[in-house]
Amino acid sequence: MGAVEPAIAPIAVRGPSWDGRLTVLVLFLPPALLLFTLFVVVPIGEAAWYSAFSWNGFGRPTNWIGLDNYRFVLQTRAFWLALRNNGLIIAVSLLVQLPLALTLALMLAERFRGAVALRMLFFMPYILAEIATGLIFSFVYDGDYGLVASIWRAFGREAPHLLASTDTAMLAVLIVIVWKYFGFHMMLFIAALQSLDKSLIEAARIDGATRSQTLRHVVIPLLYPTIRLSVFFAIIGSLQLFDLVMPLTRGGPADSSNTMVSFLYNNGISRMRVGYGSAIGVILFMTCVTFAFTYKRWFMRDE
Amino acid sequence: MSNVEITRAPFDPAVLYKALFLGLVAIFVAVPLLATVLGGFKTLGELRVNPFGLPRHWEWQNYADILFSQRYWQLLRNSLIISTLTVTLTLIVASMAAFTFAHVRFFGSSMLLSYLTLGLLFPAATAVLPLFIKVRDLGLLDTYLGVVLPQVAFSLAMSILLLRRFFKDIPYELLEAALVDGCSYIKFFRYVTLPLSRPILATVGTITFVNSWNAYLLPLVMLNTDALYPWPLGIMVYQGEYSSEWHLILAFITLTILPTIILFLLAQKHIVAGLTAGAVKG
Repeated sequence: MGAVEPAIAPIAVRGPSWDGRLTVLVLFLPPALLLFTLFVVVPIGEAAWYSAFSWNGFGRPTNWIGLDNYRFVLQTRAFWLALRNNGLIIAVSLLVQLPLALTLALMLAERFRGAVALRMLFFMPYILAEIATGLIFSFVYDGDYGLVASIWRAFGREAPHLLASTDTAMLAVLIVIVWKYFGFHMMLFIAALQSLDKSLIEAARIDGATRSQTLRHVVIPLLYPTIRLSVFFAIIGSLQLFDLVMPLTRGGPADSSNTMVSFLYNNGISRMRVGYGSAIGVILFMTCVTFAFTYKRWFMRDE
Repeated sequence: MSNVEITRAPFDPAVLYKALFLGLVAIFVAVPLLATVLGGFKTLGELRVNPFGLPRHWEWQNYADILFSQRYWQLLRNSLIISTLTVTLTLIVASMAAFTFAHVRFFGSSMLLSYLTLGLLFPAATAVLPLFIKVRDLGLLDTYLGVVLPQVAFSLAMSILLLRRFFKDIPYELLEAALVDGCSYIKFFRYVTLPLSRPILATVGTITFVNSWNAYLLPLVMLNTDALYPWPLGIMVYQGEYSSEWHLILAFITLTILPTIILFLLAQKHIVAGLTAGAVKG
């Protein structure tokens, strides 16, 4: 990260102040380093180690099976389904959520009565807990009592149980994801729009550019950094998605709506298959880190 | 943007489309929330025939039963304890580290900072099994701390980055002057840095609080006793017990998201600024 800071203390007080700095170093840094190492870094290392064992978590791991856990994971159909679902989430984030968020941001960044209220309304789903959101939508989708069912019945049709069918469960989850997260991306864009250099837009207008030309050739290009950021969050978010899936479908039916993390939970954690679960964790970790570094290198070089 | 002509030209069809579009999105967002709140006021029978509209007869009993139950308050209390501990520890530990990174030059400083920011790159879920075993071996399984400490550890990276950026903007002539006058680094931190940094502490505190308040995976893995469950776990248990008595579940959901919504309405600015700034500047 950042460049080395210039020395702060002037030469005159270097002697005594170094003691002060040493005290700070010794007292202030270790708690953070210790907590971070113990609960973040070491577990990742241990996941790599445990993933080479067949182990139920009790006693010491002794049954070394090398890379077999990885082979088992890659041979599981549900793993590929989970991966496909993560891909679907990313696709929907990019093709539906991002354009929606951008359009709304362009509308609501302008000042008119009700704009602020609408912004807040659209942002509200983002601060609700995933669990609560999932439960609300399991009601919305419920085949007997739900909102969707009553619309269907109003047209005299048999109400579908959207979450109970392998054909529709993932689609239903995707709609909830858009519902919950578009407001966050919209706010990112609004914040960016409000800090844009207005003189560039005015200059374009004075030069005779129409509204849509200004939008296309001035405003959107100025938003590219924010768009790249929004894409980054959408992808990282998709790789972490878990809480939302559990109340809706628990990854089912027949693994059709698992994400990587719910697959990890259902197959590793809830059955205490430590080795197998760790292998999934390591795969997820590698995916996240590879993605983050590649993306930063390719798309976010200047930030 | 040139918005003036748009808002003042009532017969421009673009305005109509825009209003229509905003209205549709608003309905899409608001209807599930409203139906949840209203659903809690209905009987199960009415819910089935009238899930959208206002209740014909307002059934206060659903809400009252929950509000007078010990269970609801216990869930909120557990969540409050876990979130408060997480926020407090995160703020203390992260601000100390951020202060060191901002004001003390030492060998390896930027390397250590990069090390800590690795935490931004992957979710807690990747290492949750070894984390479970670590917490178990430390004897912290089924305690608040078993949830709090990993949550603090995972929120450090973002918090330190945000705090350090702010601390560095405090003019260091101030620090120089204080040091010349015989003030120690630690006193400077306590009496100058922290009081000057209230806005960023509030922002970091809000992000951490919302994340911890809503967290599900870590408590799910670390806690086994119902009496310790925070509300996201408790509400899942509740839903399991009353599987299709949706009027009760909806009332319960409403009451559990109520604190979040009140907090949001009270501290909108902080929350929006915090959650988006946290994202942008991370």
